[in-house]
Amino acid sequence: MTRVYLESDNVITSLGFTTGQNFSAMEAGISGIHISENNELSLNPFPVSLVDKIRLHEEFSGISKNEHTDFEKLILLSAHKALAGSAINPSSHKTLFILSTTKGNVDLLHKKSGNNQDVRLYLWHSADLLRRFFNNPNQAVVISNACVSGLTAMITGMRLIKNGDYDNVVVTGGDVVSKFIVSGFQSFLSLSPQPCRPFDRNRDGLTLGEGAATVILTNRNPEKLPAVELVAGATSNDANHISGPSRTGEGLFVAINKTLNGIGEPPGFISAHGTATPYNDDMESIAFNRAGLQEVPVNSIKGFIGHTLGAAGIIESVIGAGSLVKNRVIKTAGLQNQGLAQPINTIKENLDITLRSFLKTASGFGGSNATALFVKHE
Amino acid sequence: MNNLTIKKYVSVKSDALRINGEIALANGSSADFGEFMKHIYHFYKVSYLKFFKMDALSKLGFIASKVLLIDDDSSRFEPEEKAIVVANRSSSLNTDVKYNQSISEIPSPAVFVYTLPNILQGEISIHHNMKGENAFFVQEKPDVPFLVNYVNILFKTTRTKKVIAGWIEVDVNNFYQAFLMDVEESDNNSLIANFDIDLIQNQLFTE
Repeated sequence: MTRVYLESDNVITSLGFTTGQNFSAMEAGISGIHISENNELSLNPFPVSLVDKIRLHEEFSGISKNEHTDFEKLILLSAHKALAGSAINPSSHKTLFILSTTKGNVDLLHKKSGNNQDVRLYLWHSADLLRRFFNNPNQAVVISNACVSGLTAMITGMRLIKNGDYDNVVVTGGDVVSKFIVSGFQSFLSLSPQPCRPFDRNRDGLTLGEGAATVILTNRNPEKLPAVELVAGATSNDANHISGPSRTGEGLFVAINKTLNGIGEPPGFISAHGTATPYNDDMESIAFNRAGLQEVPVNSIKGFIGHTLGAAGIIESVIGAGSLVKNRVIKTAGLQNQGLAQPINTIKENLDITLRSFLKTASGFGGSNATALFVKHE
Repeated sequence: MNNLTIKKYVSVKSDALRINGEIALANGSSADFGEFMKHIYHFYKVSYLKFFKMDALSKLGFIASKVLLIDDDSSRFEPEEKAIVVANRSSSLNTDVKYNQSISEIPSPAVFVYTLPNILQGEISIHHNMKGENAFFVQEKPDVPFLVNYVNILFKTTRTKKVIAGWIEVDVNNFYQAFLMDVEESDNNSLIANFDIDLIQNQLFTE
């Protein structure tokens, strides 16, 4: 049976431009969420996690002099950094690129230079840019499944490798914070006026974040240990509501059950979606209880970097894999007093325990859910 | 796993609604998109008020899936055994442009929610109680070999027993095209067409 390993990765957020910088900042309890007074994003100040654009332009100029949007620079730089730490050949016909994004270059719609005929507005165009940048011969795949895009992209990559279609899949996800996205979440009344507080009894909405992340999946046996394997994953639909989570946690429960089917022991911890909207976090607590996982330590890292949309599932999987290797579960920033529909074991402080596996979950608009199980080899 | 078969397929284009390649309802008066969708809705005596709140992409996906599954016995499989795999070219750009125009006035949450292409999978899932695998792919042009391979993987490696698979596109100029297949393992009685890349690409999709 083909096994799929996480060979190399990168995370770019407000907290840094490498996975290590992000993990260390979270370990130290540093949040990248600040109040923005940029009125190109919102006329009212609001908390948000933004990437340092000056540094983005500087670092990007080191790999290419071509003109690109911030979104394009983010995904290209992230993939470049992950590939720099990898032995795989990006231009091989056995390597595939998958792009996960919700809105890509949508901010071009409200820039003067933009119009709705601009080819850069098409998500397949961004993916094609990505694979061409690395001279890859295969048509790149785009997954756009709202907040579960990143995890769905990783599961898709895993399936294509296990099916023998490719040896390596470079999964890159990204989204930038734009007026389009901010105004939309504001119209839904889902943005918190303070940095988000996942699972807290006083939580009152999410915080948006931007960033990019890349994980390289491969069927090659790891050269060094510990290594992390992507063992199983599933996606599902609540079949309940297009913009609200299921009250019964049905879809998430279905996906968890499929992912953990046949796995003997419960996961060491759960990296939850934990957006800090009242309904989402309640829904997760119900689904985890239905799955019998109420004792398993749970965290959400959105209190550090906000909800990074198309990048979120990849960032959270990569940080979770870091936790597996270091035997340290990152705390849930913003959580003081748990207040959920059903009790679960949320983590308020970093937790040092011996870990063998973790479950990553995500849920989002369209009633979509995705879950994946990662196991450490030592 | 048995061979996969297409139990039924439906296409919707500006000239007609077709079932298994045969015209079921012609758009003889060349009605615009909204009028043609409404015409199909009434022709099949659909009663689902949420339909009128949907954006163009979801309306098209909803109508195509409704006609596809209208005589399907939904009790044969569990909700979590039914998957939806859809691709298109423009994602939700048609609605993105409309939402973007509203930002300077009053941004509408009812429009914003449709600025994600997979909302149409949510709409189909709700109406047909489908809780299985979900994936929305964005492709420059229909990549039939990729979609056929992915559907095969779902049948081989997951609990999937039925997949609604195809292409649902509405572009910024309101050009639209829907092509949806109901794919199941073959039971030798219900075969309309083999789930075959060449057949789909060169014949069914272009009819």
